[in-house]
Amino acid sequence: MIGDTLLLRVDAATAIAPTLRHLRLVAADGGKLPPASAGAHVQLSLKAAARTHRNAYSLVSRPGARDAYEIIVRRVEASRGGSAFIHEQLAVGDTVEAAWPGNLFPPVRTARHQLMVAGGIGITPFLSYLAEFGLSGASHALHVCCRPDEREVFAPWLPEGANVDFHWDADGHRLDIPALLAAQQAGTHLYVCGPAAMNDAVIAAARDAGWPDSHVHCEHFGTALSGGEAFRAFLARSGIEVSVGEDESLLEAIERAGVAAPCLCRGGACGVCATPLLEGDAEHRDHFLSPTERESGRLIMPCVSRARSGRLVLDL
Amino acid sequence: MTLAFKPDETFRGDYTYRNSDAAILRFPFPFPEDRYMYSVNIEPHTRSGPTDVFRRPFDVDEHYIAECRDKAITLERDPSRCQALPHMMLAQWDTLELLMESLAADYPAHFALIKEGDDFGSRWTWINRPLGIEQSFIFGNPDTLPCEPFEYITRQAQGDFAICDQRDNNLFMDAGMVTSQADWSLAFDVGMSFMEWHGPVPLAHQAGVFERALKFLLMLRLGQPMRRLNWTMTINPRLDTSPESYPEWGPDRASLTPDNIGRKLHLRVELQTLWRLPRSNAILFPIRCYLASLDELARVPKWGARLHRVLSTLPPELVDYKGLTRFLPTALDWLAAHDDGRELPIGIEPGIATLTPR
Repeated sequence: MIGDTLLLRVDAATAIAPTLRHLRLVAADGGKLPPASAGAHVQLSLKAAARTHRNAYSLVSRPGARDAYEIIVRRVEASRGGSAFIHEQLAVGDTVEAAWPGNLFPPVRTARHQLMVAGGIGITPFLSYLAEFGLSGASHALHVCCRPDEREVFAPWLPEGANVDFHWDADGHRLDIPALLAAQQAGTHLYVCGPAAMNDAVIAAARDAGWPDSHVHCEHFGTALSGGEAFRAFLARSGIEVSVGEDESLLEAIERAGVAAPCLCRGGACGVCATPLLEGDAEHRDHFLSPTERESGRLIMPCVSRARSGRLVLDL
Repeated sequence: MTLAFKPDETFRGDYTYRNSDAAILRFPFPFPEDRYMYSVNIEPHTRSGPTDVFRRPFDVDEHYIAECRDKAITLERDPSRCQALPHMMLAQWDTLELLMESLAADYPAHFALIKEGDDFGSRWTWINRPLGIEQSFIFGNPDTLPCEPFEYITRQAQGDFAICDQRDNNLFMDAGMVTSQADWSLAFDVGMSFMEWHGPVPLAHQAGVFERALKFLLMLRLGQPMRRLNWTMTINPRLDTSPESYPEWGPDRASLTPDNIGRKLHLRVELQTLWRLPRSNAILFPIRCYLASLDELARVPKWGARLHRVLSTLPPELVDYKGLTRFLPTALDWLAAHDDGRELPIGIEPGIATLTPR
């Protein structure tokens, strides 16, 4: 099993809710796909008119599936192009390039109990967790915070017997996070995937309750983090100066200039895009660099981080 | 590719293991330059490389049957050489699938895998012709195999295998089949973190090698295996040089003389590969051991001369760590006769296509 890119064909595309589109992707050559693990994602290269968007989506297909990959994509209101492309342009029969699956959010299988908290579309990585736990018999509970009308949307992916509770914004139905955390047995691992505010609240509640960091796991999604004040960056090896707009990331500006930059998660988590910073003052927004690395000022993660002031010079 | 196996050779007792000319020429000689330096000497494990041993995901050679038998003897004497912690079952199946698929694809004359489906619950039939095995089982159901899946398939593969679970930004050696190791113990290391099991290695910690290596490995991608070579020296062609069996092989170091060192002293090279496993997200670490005597290596003029130069300039800490101290001067005297001082090309390939008959 050696390879890096896959050519996928859209086998089915279904609107499962007004803002959610489900895609079933198969190997374009009719062959088998590499199996993937619970929590894995696939990064698609979406060739829109202006530029190629390379977005990663959690696989909701059962782990190990080799016949098809399934993803559920939410139409982001302030879409930077990727989700709009999938919702408006991608059609059954179209082909899409993809990288082999990766996983930045795997379950910890030494856990005595798996506690999952999802916000809305943040449920997607947990759908594959549930499939694995259903097979392995691992003790688990999933708490989903969503609108009441969204409860049925994900039902097709919930295995029989899965331990799932839905919560929504009404008296008697809200999720009391501190109470939930206080009721857990020792050896529980906590996973959270949702909007940034929810992630932060759950992580803070776990810290307050004395949970060790090693037992708290968060999958960040969304691209809201990458915008900010416009600035300029000089790519020293390419000899190109790019201007980074308010609504785009440094990585996107680099790609727009036609410079190939390695990347994977595009959310500051994986470390693949870490680039030597030759000059300039970076505002680090990633989850990857250590405090020492940030202080040294010699590396930047262009997928989320920006200039604090002035111009950046990158070794790219 | 059809291999001519040598089923009767031994790795203990009378030590009848020998390399054919073809096996010598494909040996993974580990020294591209005249000096040896520690580095994270890691490269993609593609289907290419300087000699034939690099060109398939899992190399099978003329020693296959004899090595599998030697592994069975070691396991019979010490079952603790194969261990898998309970949370590693998914990684066990990953390993079985990877090995069966690779061997069947690369050596169709010797191995076959017939699947009724790809998912857990499918019936698979595995045929291993060299070992005379035909086994039907349900993929994902350990009760349908004679032993757990990791032990089942690694008993039928040359070399050692460790599986590292990835969690808490670290790797933990939570499963292993270790019967041909360069003096380390799975029973001691099992469950340890990356820094813990590398604790005894000299020099490299100070150089920050392990921090960089760990960070790199945590990012290892599915479908993009990596490889590196490691080496030491072993007296007699012995696979089982474990701490557990030290009384059986340790004293051999004192048995070397100028007359027997060419035949008895072996360069032991490990072709180590690293694979992200698909279902478990664990990392499989196969450690494949190749042995060649000084006599055999010196039949490749470039290698005889280069080995002399590398061993002459090895830092004393490494001489000690690799256990060479007692016999290194004798080895250097022997090798000096094979080094005429001429400039050697960079690289590890033998530089010749056939060996001069002895």
